[in-house]
Amino acid sequence: MNKITVEGIRQNMDEIIERWIKTMKEEKGERFFHFMPDHLIEKTSREFAELMTSNIDESDAASTEKINDFTEKVVRFGWAIKFVNKAIDNFSDIVFELLEEKHIINDANFKSFNQLFKNWINPLRESIIDAYSTEWERTVSLQKIALQELSASLIPVFEKISVMPLVGTIDTERAKLIMENLLEGVVSQRAEVVLLDITGVPVVDTMVAHHIIQAADAVRLVGAKCMLVGIRPEIAQTIVALGINLHEFTTKSTLQKGMQAALGLTNRAIVEVEEQ
Amino acid sequence: MKRSSVEIITEWDIVAARQLGRNEAKKAGFGTVDQARITTAISELARNIYLYAGKGRIEIERVTDGGKDGIKVVASDEGPGIPDLRKVMEDGFSTSGGLGAGMPGVKRLMDEFKVISEPNNGTTITATKWLH
Ligand SMILES: Nc1ncnc2c1ncn2[C@@H]1O[C@H](COP(=O)(O)OP(=O)(O)OP(=O)(O)O)[C@@H](O)[C@H]1O
Ligand SMILES: [Mg+2]
Repeated sequence: MNKITVEGIRQNMDEIIERWIKTMKEEKGERFFHFMPDHLIEKTSREFAELMTSNIDESDAASTEKINDFTEKVVRFGWAIKFVNKAIDNFSDIVFELLEEKHIINDANFKSFNQLFKNWINPLRESIIDAYSTEWERTVSLQKIALQELSASLIPVFEKISVMPLVGTIDTERAKLIMENLLEGVVSQRAEVVLLDITGVPVVDTMVAHHIIQAADAVRLVGAKCMLVGIRPEIAQTIVALGINLHEFTTKSTLQKGMQAALGLTNRAIVEVEEQ
Repeated sequence: MKRSSVEIITEWDIVAARQLGRNEAKKAGFGTVDQARITTAISELARNIYLYAGKGRIEIERVTDGGKDGIKVVASDEGPGIPDLRKVMEDGFSTSGGLGAGMPGVKRLMDEFKVISEPNNGTTITATKWLH
């Protein structure tokens, strides 16, 4: 940026900040400043203004280093991206307006100033958007991992009997994981009966049903029996309406009933013992 | 009437669509069983869009007809279309190795069901459930 502009901005910094705070407070639908005590607004705003202007004394293109620094610090404010965007907009508008008032910008040099502003603001904005979207992508992928960790372990309950409680939405990826864990677990736990508990599955559509049927088939191939338990009444009705045939495997409404049946299949039962 | 929609682009949009459907069904006063029916129907339609058309849209609308209240689900896409409508309504017909239960299932889950489709011209499926 040219020298006169930089000096113009530096000299009028207090005025710029004051106007900027006023504009931001008037922004409709943005309640950010409302929860902040005044001295904090003042402090944060000054920081923001300093960050905004930190790359303007660079001769031509702003240095990547300064822009990264700006982004890192602004992201740390914890503002919504919409607010940051507005903050940048308002800031550059106010600077422009003030420089016009001080006759630093006039009709003759208006065009070149426009370009100057673009070179100043655009890299900042792009960097901010980049940082936010990277952060979102990271969050989403972390949540995906969290969901995977949550899913599908086969639990040995009694000798020869294991349970897999399914909780949450089953997508293609999870269905694969369920199948893997199921087969691996059946073999390593020497299970003879496996109870698949779908109490926690919100929707059983044809895709989920198909995966369950395939899993049961695979379990049968490794020499065990698969039982479907935890079928809520409304799920039972939708399964019937979909015309899905579950006749080939045992189904029970609750895990408890399934467990009793599983004990029966392995020639055992739970008996009550009278106290002596 | 109030109308809301979800664009189906990724597999997770299917979850978003049925979430919307469940909420709307609840608000309209449907019981648990009908909520499950509507949600499952949306899941089928949305997955078909995702699998066969790549992308499309699920719209959910509250409707009234002569004092009856209900929910209308419109699934539309600009995909390849369905060449043989009779066939896809048969139980067990699938071109993807699925159960082939989706389309006939939706018809049974809902009260009204209509498919408009032309090869290369996309598919629009309308399914309505009435409050009894
Ligand atoms: N929106 C669509 N666009 C194009 N073809 C479709 C569309 N929806 C369904 N089809 C065709 O109709 C067939 C039957 O669909 P249907 O949902 O009944 O079964 P499916 O998807 O194959 O298996 P599933 O039982 O898992 O639903 C599909 O295999 C597909 O060829
Ligand atoms: Mg289908």
